[in-house]
Amino acid sequence: MNIVTALLKTSIGKKIIMALTGAVLIGFIIGHLVGNLQIFSDPEKINAYAHFLQGLGPALWLIRLFLLLCVGLHIWMAVLLWCENKKARSQSYTASHTIQASYASRTMKYSGFIVLAFILYHLAHFTVKATNPEYNEMMWTLADGTVVPDVHLMMVAGFSSLTVSLFYLISVGLLSFHLSHGFQSMFQSVGLRTETWGRALKVISIVLSLAYFAGNAVIPLSVLTGKVSRPDSSIEAVAESVSSHLNTPSG
Amino acid sequence: MKVKIKVWRQKNQESKGGFKVYDSPELNSNMSFLEMLDVINEDLTDQGEEPIAFDHDCREGICGTCSLVIDGKPHGPHQGVATCQTYMRSFEDGDIITVEPFRADPFPIIKDLVVNRKPFDKIIQAGGFVTVRTGSAPDANAIPISKEVADTAMDAAACIGCGACVAACKNASAMLFVGAKVSQLNGLPQGQAEKDNRVLNMVAAMDEAGFGNCTNQYECSAVCPKLITHDFISQLNRDFVAATVRKSFKSKPSTAKL
Amino acid sequence: MKLDAKIPSGPLKEKWEKYIADSKLVNPTNKRKYDIIVVGSGLAGGSAAATLAELGYRVKCICFHDSPRRAHSIAAQGGVNAAKNYQNDGDSVYRLFYDTVKGGDFRSREANVYRLAQVSSNIIDQCAAQGVPFAREYGGLLANRSFGGAQVSRTFYARGQTGQQLLLGAYSALSRQIGLGTVEMLPYTEMLDLVVVDGHAKGIITRNLVTGEIDRHAADAVVLATGGYGNVFNLSTYARNSNATAIWRAHKRGACFANPCYTQIHPTCIPVSGEYQSKLTLMSESLRNDGRIWVPKKVGDKRAPGDIPEDERDYYLERKYPSFGNLAPRDISSRAAKQVCDEGRGVGETGLGVYLDFEDAISRLGESVIRERYGNLFDIYKEITNENAYEVPMRIYPAVHYTMGGLWVDYGLMSNLPGLFVLGEANFSDHGANRLGASALMQGLADGYFVLPNTINNYLAGQLGNRPSTDHASFDEVEDEVKETINHFLNNKGKRSVSSFHKELGNLMWTYCGMGRTKEGLTKALELIPQLREEFWKNVNIPGEEGEWNQSLEKAGRVADFMELGELLCRDALTREESCGGHFREEHQTGDGEALRHDDEFASVFAWEYQGKGKTPLLNKESLEYENIQMATRNYK
Repeated sequence: MNIVTALLKTSIGKKIIMALTGAVLIGFIIGHLVGNLQIFSDPEKINAYAHFLQGLGPALWLIRLFLLLCVGLHIWMAVLLWCENKKARSQSYTASHTIQASYASRTMKYSGFIVLAFILYHLAHFTVKATNPEYNEMMWTLADGTVVPDVHLMMVAGFSSLTVSLFYLISVGLLSFHLSHGFQSMFQSVGLRTETWGRALKVISIVLSLAYFAGNAVIPLSVLTGKVSRPDSSIEAVAESVSSHLNTPSG
Repeated sequence: MKVKIKVWRQKNQESKGGFKVYDSPELNSNMSFLEMLDVINEDLTDQGEEPIAFDHDCREGICGTCSLVIDGKPHGPHQGVATCQTYMRSFEDGDIITVEPFRADPFPIIKDLVVNRKPFDKIIQAGGFVTVRTGSAPDANAIPISKEVADTAMDAAACIGCGACVAACKNASAMLFVGAKVSQLNGLPQGQAEKDNRVLNMVAAMDEAGFGNCTNQYECSAVCPKLITHDFISQLNRDFVAATVRKSFKSKPSTAKL
Repeated sequence: MKLDAKIPSGPLKEKWEKYIADSKLVNPTNKRKYDIIVVGSGLAGGSAAATLAELGYRVKCICFHDSPRRAHSIAAQGGVNAAKNYQNDGDSVYRLFYDTVKGGDFRSREANVYRLAQVSSNIIDQCAAQGVPFAREYGGLLANRSFGGAQVSRTFYARGQTGQQLLLGAYSALSRQIGLGTVEMLPYTEMLDLVVVDGHAKGIITRNLVTGEIDRHAADAVVLATGGYGNVFNLSTYARNSNATAIWRAHKRGACFANPCYTQIHPTCIPVSGEYQSKLTLMSESLRNDGRIWVPKKVGDKRAPGDIPEDERDYYLERKYPSFGNLAPRDISSRAAKQVCDEGRGVGETGLGVYLDFEDAISRLGESVIRERYGNLFDIYKEITNENAYEVPMRIYPAVHYTMGGLWVDYGLMSNLPGLFVLGEANFSDHGANRLGASALMQGLADGYFVLPNTINNYLAGQLGNRPSTDHASFDEVEDEVKETINHFLNNKGKRSVSSFHKELGNLMWTYCGMGRTKEGLTKALELIPQLREEFWKNVNIPGEEGEWNQSLEKAGRVADFMELGELLCRDALTREESCGGHFREEHQTGDGEALRHDDEFASVFAWEYQGKGKTPLLNKESLEYENIQMATRNYK
């Protein structure tokens, strides 16, 4: 049996795929968070960072495809495993009783699906900007004179909406929850959890999830409370420009 | 004391089962749970009804024959004991106790509370052994084994093959059972020669039997009557990874190519 | 009948070697033409089935459990003896042999026991190679502990689960062969009768416990490894389903039953707590090192143990056996406990129990020392009785836990029925009138791994092509009888459950043929058992149907056999007018209550031959010759 069939065809293999893709995605979301935290610096910084990423060209697409593949595999395996697990216990117990399985571990499929919905919205919101076409108008001129999308402004504008912020907070909360089981589970699935550091791993897992949640929560909260803001004029300018576009028949 | 039991009755594998409620006669709280069922069965027999079928044998917690899910927990309310070591004093007078068979599709119900755990044997047949012909063994002290390794192997070997791990797992996974046997033999010097084949073959047999997958929730170790740790599942995963990698990259002996 | 043990001639040490050298062999290509049925999958059956299959025979192994891993060998705790002398403490094959013969009160065969001691070393090698996690010392070598009846440390162990680990070792070897297709394993299958064709055991009739199907199996030889018959007493340390059906039905087809009255009763078990009790649990004998055994002096004293002042307590072992005290040997302690309970001084709700008190030890050594020594035993005790033995004394009482008797076999483990081999506890061969601790595991594995595979060929070599077809008239006949019995049970529709009969039989056996046996009691039992048996056949009630899982029906067949075996047991006990090992006839004791053997008359094996329903069985004797050991009175002073 070669590695590919071992991974795709055996129960342990599928779990290993879950773990490895999970690890990549955890790496990604942490990197993503660190990038986003630049919002607390000057708009120049995060906008330049975004521009740098955009400028990667084909490399960016390779990264995106890879991440997409990981998400896809993660979900595909999750569905496969779920189906197999269902089949292994077609009749459930009348008196059901949980002894030590954590709430997070028992709700992975739900938290996972809600997080997926959130990712789709998030991509539509900030990457494709389908939900908010006005973001296309938000531009920033870098110190070297290049005109780039004003990511900083997009974020401020986006999180100014209480609804968006709330949805964002809930989703990130669920993602952290997903992570609190997923992170430690990953080590077990590839056989790297041992008794010696199992307890520490559990603590690390929880601390990491909490930190991840805190890091993400602080962004919308800062926007809502006005800790991070932009002069009203810049938002209004965009709004005007958008409405003028809409009023132009040819637009 | 008296209790009511709400117990699963099913004539055979094909038929549809359902719950029936029975009143116990006056019980002594020092009775074991199985003795309580004995007493109810005596009553049923005297009334001309068929007694409740349940698996049991040694009644001292070592043979692994007894099963039962009692109020949603395999082997009843206490940790580290089998059903046969569960006593009525763990229940209150007037309790309604739900008694169900182990539920997992690889363990079909034979009758009432009796399930067939044959897939466990199949898994062992696939690799849960050291190939050593009778009479061909070297002197037992020829291969020293550190006390630590021997003790860990014994921890894993304590498994009684009852299947509670499968019954408790939300996914009816057999990973704790397989992990314990693989860890016992792969951890000992005697088991090294067949280490990789053992883990790959046993996992294949486990998958073929239709058990679910481990989602690392550890309900298995929580109900294990011998308190076998889920570290052995991690060990199984590690051995599986190593075996798969080695198998893929190792040059094969010419005989294997034939 | 002339019973020929076929012991090879020559010096003791060379007998086994000579036997093997003189054996007929079966050509490797011919081995696969032989079918062997192994009934039972415990230490003896599992190891035999695996080894025979390795040799190339086609093996069919049957067990009534769901899996061959469940046999009651699994419950043995202490360990397995072997004459390795790893401790350099003076052990040797001869010493193990001597201890075993002496422990058996000079009622076993010298040659068999010597062979057992010889192969004991190989057992440890074999099991270690299988991955049995024996206890180790820090240097990585095997650890030993000492056990009753020996002055050397020769017991190998795996925590308190040695039986389990050895059984799982045999099970793994068996599983390997099942996986390879050389053993056909039939779980959920109970042997209901033996088929004898032209005087040879050539097949069995079984019932599938799941479907109720009755099947025929023909073979070139049949091996029974079905364990002991202690459940004839109903309450015992045996598993609930342990039974004597296979050996009893073989007995009724012509195999002699040897020394049925040799039953071992262990003194330290948790007492019966009520009528409902299904099982007795052993507490390690080691507790007697620090516990003091006592009962109240007054008959019917129901005060709590703590309220009984020191001068109103009777430390009866210390009083009766001042030199040995609480460490008096098993049989003496068991009988003394029975005696005080018979006087009405027993403790606990049922009055069948004595105190094992740690108060003195705790005040002398401190609770932590006691906890360290016996913590796990105190925990087990707490689990079962809900009493804290650090605060109140334990209650203990003797219980049946092994039967030394069984089907008669010759040196090659073949019964007087050619083709029928009997291994492990099911045969009578190695323990005489009393078995030493840690010797049961040794014998089971010796028989299965090393003895039978070297003796069965002697029989098989001349049998090529003699296997009958299952259409043979003998199969028809036996199957009809089996079906008739089953139909009788199911159509009887009586008033009493099987369990109630088993309980009554057990009480009877325990009362009249338990720890202390008398002519009067045994005569009474021989009157009562046939009456009970008659009522059983008339009045037993078996609900359910034939073609399905039916635990009442299974049990009915087993209890029916116990009803007959119990009678033979009492008859044997009545006939053996002496006391030896586990058999104590109160008429035959020395002035101070020791067992009194009559070697001139009874240094022989009593092998009973079935004569037909309702007829008195015929007694055959095989005299025991001691050429290497001087018979002596066991001395406990």
